[in-house]
Amino acid sequence: MTADPLSNRKPETGAFFQRDRTWHPAAFTPGYKTSVLRSPQKALLSLDNTLSEITGPVFGHDILGELDNDLIHNFAKPGESAIGPRIVVYGRVLDERGKGVPGALLEFWQANAGGRYRHKKEGYVAALDPNFGGCGRTITDEDGGYAFRTIQPGPYPWPNGPNDWRPAHIHFSVFGHGFAQRLITQMYFEGDPMIWQCPIVKTIPDRVAVEGLIAALDMQATIPMDARAYKFDIVLRGRRSSLFENRLEGN
Amino acid sequence: MAQSLDRLRESASQTAGPYVHIGLTPNFCGIGGVYENDLGAGMVNDKTKGERISVRMRVLDGTGTPLKDALVEIWQADTDGLYNSPSEMRGAADPNFVGWGRKATDMDTGECMFETVKPGWVPFKDGRLMAPHITVWIVARGINIGLHTRMYFPEEEKANAEDPVLARIEHRVRVPTLIAERQGDGSYIFDIHLQGEKETVFFDI
Repeated sequence: MTADPLSNRKPETGAFFQRDRTWHPAAFTPGYKTSVLRSPQKALLSLDNTLSEITGPVFGHDILGELDNDLIHNFAKPGESAIGPRIVVYGRVLDERGKGVPGALLEFWQANAGGRYRHKKEGYVAALDPNFGGCGRTITDEDGGYAFRTIQPGPYPWPNGPNDWRPAHIHFSVFGHGFAQRLITQMYFEGDPMIWQCPIVKTIPDRVAVEGLIAALDMQATIPMDARAYKFDIVLRGRRSSLFENRLEGN
Repeated sequence: MAQSLDRLRESASQTAGPYVHIGLTPNFCGIGGVYENDLGAGMVNDKTKGERISVRMRVLDGTGTPLKDALVEIWQADTDGLYNSPSEMRGAADPNFVGWGRKATDMDTGECMFETVKPGWVPFKDGRLMAPHITVWIVARGINIGLHTRMYFPEEEKANAEDPVLARIEHRVRVPTLIAERQGDGSYIFDIHLQGEKETVFFDI
């Protein structure tokens, strides 16, 4: 694909910054039991990005439906809406250089206000909300900004320890501009005491890294008489400048 | 104190969890009517150039049990070795081939299948050619950070022997973990072992 003819932006072709593996969770985290048999134990093969990682797919706005960024309504019957505290989640997708990442596809999924997921493998007794599916998506704007509407999900118990609970959270899947930037993470809510008890949160070794996943309540971004707002920025790997790189022959 | 580099830190990864399907393949898990199709479900159309191939993949845990709740994404060049990406500066890729696919592993068998085309050769940084390969990214409950690996083709023995990435693998006995097997019906099967004797080579890339 050639660059967008309507954009003055020059495509970037540099390799991505090395991923800091001490900042992310390790693969083997016995406090989260399922990781025990699903964690590679041999050293990863480290190498600088090739074209196969520097490039990545692009998603156009044509894939988006009108209600894709509105979880309150995108599964609801006409005239109805999902039950729960109404919120707007907004923020920017940035890279480690602090630059906004435009055109990033964000997909999100979550439990309903009672903490119940719409999934056949889900066994929690909390009720399903007939008007809540739990998925949404959007694409970031020119500055990397995004926003969507949803209801605040509830906490829920899960089979790990005999009485482990997940804090309320929203899952995010993020595409940047290169496949090496591919990331899945979770957003937590400011002030939730359960964050610090969660075995999945505790897979992250650095407290500052956890704080980076906690969305801030932003009363200035609320919609009066409608929804409160949480701000959640997401940071993807930065990209080296290719200005001084050897060019491939014939390029 | 020196000046600040003003860098941010990458958001920490968290597991995709057991309900990843709700977000990434909602139609697959019975949430219909929100998206028309699951993204990445189909990779080729009638006009796509190149040799059609079927690739079946499984992801196995440390006991050899296939994961029935994994999600696999693949990213690859077109038949001419060009990526359908703005960062591809060598030319225009086949407009009928995005090169990206996404599948959940089957909830009963643990298998997923991609219908795609065999990719062409792509240059390494120094201009040497990399053997045809498919980049693979795996997430699931119990996987804290997405796993990157590659699938190479068994019939490309000579190209694989000269591939600059495969050449970096110190323990040569592990190279076959990145090479698919060809089945009698012409399809490929690629087993990804998360752990154990046959642990797949995963990349920090």
